[in-house]
Amino acid sequence: MEFIQIVFWLLAAGAILTSLMVVLPRGRNPLYGALALILSFFFVAGIYVLLVAHTMAILQILVYAGAIMVLFTFVIMLLNLSKRELGEESKNLAQALGVGAVAFIIIKSIIIVDASADSVGGDNLALPKGFGTIESIADQMFHRHLLSFELIAILLLVAVIGAVVLAKRTL
Amino acid sequence: MLTPPLLAAAAAPAAHAAAQQPAIPLSWYLAVALILFAIGSIGVLARRNALTVLMSVEIMLNAVNLVFLAFARFQADMTGHVITFFVIAVAAAEAAVGLALVMGLFRHKKAVNLDQMSALRS
Repeated sequence: MEFIQIVFWLLAAGAILTSLMVVLPRGRNPLYGALALILSFFFVAGIYVLLVAHTMAILQILVYAGAIMVLFTFVIMLLNLSKRELGEESKNLAQALGVGAVAFIIIKSIIIVDASADSVGGDNLALPKGFGTIESIADQMFHRHLLSFELIAILLLVAVIGAVVLAKRTL
Repeated sequence: MLTPPLLAAAAAPAAHAAAQQPAIPLSWYLAVALILFAIGSIGVLARRNALTVLMSVEIMLNAVNLVFLAFARFQADMTGHVITFFVIAVAAAEAAVGLALVMGLFRHKKAVNLDQMSALRS
């Protein structure tokens, strides 16, 4: 077992455990889930670093853990939910069937991926110079994907206006 | 270009031998991403708290980002990084609008339980 593999398994186990802590505990204040989710984003950012995507790892921490999760914790604390307002979470057969179907599909796909994915990219795994740097990402983004970039800007503007309108006290 | 030691270690197998297997094969990354996606979708299906459902969607988006970056690294193609950037931007927009909706619904119904949000108008 190489050192880098141990690092990978630690990061993967941390990401999976903290994600489970978001989803599994029923009827608990979602604030605990939000804090676990912040940890999960940090673990996944560590896996990004192993994939030579260090710019994306920084962006993940800045945008996900820094901006989105601050918004989540802010809203959760603003709502200040009581036990009664959290409500009883229903359990029925449809949910159990859905969970079973998801588990079956994912186990099946892990078996398929394990058998076939490692031939992707062939034997030559050499990376071009500057792979994963801000410079090469910007080069791609402002040449090949310029239209998508502008559309994302418009989408964010629409989201900001939509959020303000939706959250206003009187519509 | 200066790279931190961890990055150099991750890129090392690619650097010195072409035929050698990488230290971490692609299937491991994909397996972790699939498990994270399963956790997220189970959260969406089984939980009824609107805030937890939104957070589960974020877990699923994160798993998809991991798949994009894994294939980007193993095919030496930067397009996956750009798509990941766009997914992060879309996730930010989705979180802002989703949380505004949750706040509006909470003001209206005094609850964040999705079972009580079954009416189009009331």
